[in-house]
Amino acid sequence: ATSFPSSPAHGTRVRATGELAAGCFPSSRIIRSPAAAPEEEKCWDRRVHLATSLPLPSERDHLRPRIDLIVFMIDIKSKYSLKNVETSLAYVDASFFLGKVCFLVTGVGRVNACSIEMNAVCKLGETYCSPVIFCELELEGIRASTAQRLLRMLQICAGHIPGVSALSFSLLMRNSNAD
Amino acid sequence: MAEEEAAEDRAVRTLPSLRRLSRALPFGRSYGRLGISSSGRLTVPALCSQESVDPQKTAFALRKAWTLYSVTPLYRFRRGRLRDYARLLSAFIAAEKQKGLAVEVGVELDIKVALSSLAELRGSELDQAALLVQLSSRSRASSRNSEDKLVWSGWFCSIFGDDFSENVPEDFTCLPLFLTHGAESYTSLVGSWFQKTFDCYFRRLAISPLNLSWMVAMWAGCKLDRASAVELVFSMPCLAQPLDISYAIHPEDAKALWDTVQKTPGEITQGEVDVFMDCLYAHFHRHFKIHLSAAKLVKVSTGVASAHCDGIVKILHSQYLPDVLMLLTELAISQIQ
Repeated sequence: ATSFPSSPAHGTRVRATGELAAGCFPSSRIIRSPAAAPEEEKCWDRRVHLATSLPLPSERDHLRPRIDLIVFMIDIKSKYSLKNVETSLAYVDASFFLGKVCFLVTGVGRVNACSIEMNAVCKLGETYCSPVIFCELELEGIRASTAQRLLRMLQICAGHIPGVSALSFSLLMRNSNAD
Repeated sequence: MAEEEAAEDRAVRTLPSLRRLSRALPFGRSYGRLGISSSGRLTVPALCSQESVDPQKTAFALRKAWTLYSVTPLYRFRRGRLRDYARLLSAFIAAEKQKGLAVEVGVELDIKVALSSLAELRGSELDQAALLVQLSSRSRASSRNSEDKLVWSGWFCSIFGDDFSENVPEDFTCLPLFLTHGAESYTSLVGSWFQKTFDCYFRRLAISPLNLSWMVAMWAGCKLDRASAVELVFSMPCLAQPLDISYAIHPEDAKALWDTVQKTPGEITQGEVDVFMDCLYAHFHRHFKIHLSAAKLVKVSTGVASAHCDGIVKILHSQYLPDVLMLLTELAISQIQ
């Protein structure tokens, strides 16, 4: 697992974990793309932690900052990524599933390379009461807009948007997905 | 022939709608909406007139590598006019050759076109009979008695495509699956003529790894006298040099595995296919420490048939020809919709 040195400091952090295809780190592109850094009124610190699976090594528990959002990445081309996410879910504390977890399905532009069944993914989202977001990382525009979505979710999960809680927002997302 | 969608290295420019994603499921009569449908389930219906199928008539389909296309319904296609169509098509081909679209360099060839209806190749009575197009050549230089040489063949068929054809208006003929064997140049000639004449649209039929795993699970479970090995070919992702892994399994072991997995004979669920594939992956991982589930399944071969993700199949066993065609018809229909 790769991680950025997390110094205990003020501010909110996001921990994005997920399965990474060998040789590419898509989540670093999503969270850190400059295009996805919109107007920021407050000074808050975004940290991204990448992990190939859970649980995270316990030696560094005391050094880790608060986790606001967990993004599980599932590659539509890799059955392995789905299995990995399913086993990692067991290590997530139940309180995260109140709006602080989301599933990001990547590679949906290539339907002909699909190795996993869509129903399984959507059922996963339902079972864990978390939204499922679909995106295609190879397309610049969609990558940027997905990054913006995730950042917005992060702001809500960190409590920076008054009047919207993580739980209410996740309910909103799930209801709109069902339409 | 419009094949721009077949390019492997171009992701779709816009995200496909979620509904289309859910319908990209393989064989399953449960085209439900996201989150509501149960896992895909395929029931194998009893085929009509099994006994009366003359193996001679269907022998042409076996042991050839067919390239697959999906075809939208043909407008104002008349079975009675096959001879006229053959004449028009051969005139079209001759005209295209005159224009300079040389299909054969060197020897002057006359292309003869033959269209025929194959009444036996259909699933139910609601299906249209298959349509066979054959291009044969006779060299002008050779003697008059020489045999015509078959240079290209293609056929349209629909096996149990009734869900699709019943929703289609009058005057349209549904033959969603098109299989070709022969030079690509002839395929595009024949395809353009059909597109112009019947206002239909051809598209290469790609087979996703998910669908390939369905095929291998189903075909590995078929009872065969002399079965060849079950082989799966995987392509490793994200490598500088392309690397393929070929995983061969003894046919009896594969069949034994499938028999323990399948609960109801004649019915297959996505869960059963998953278990079957997971067993194969786990076995491979135990020996080689490689997760095949992270690789892309590109080709499957069994004693019944073999299929490649680019949409190329070879059917080896006449007894299972209708079953294989039924799967392919369903794939073609889901690509059209």
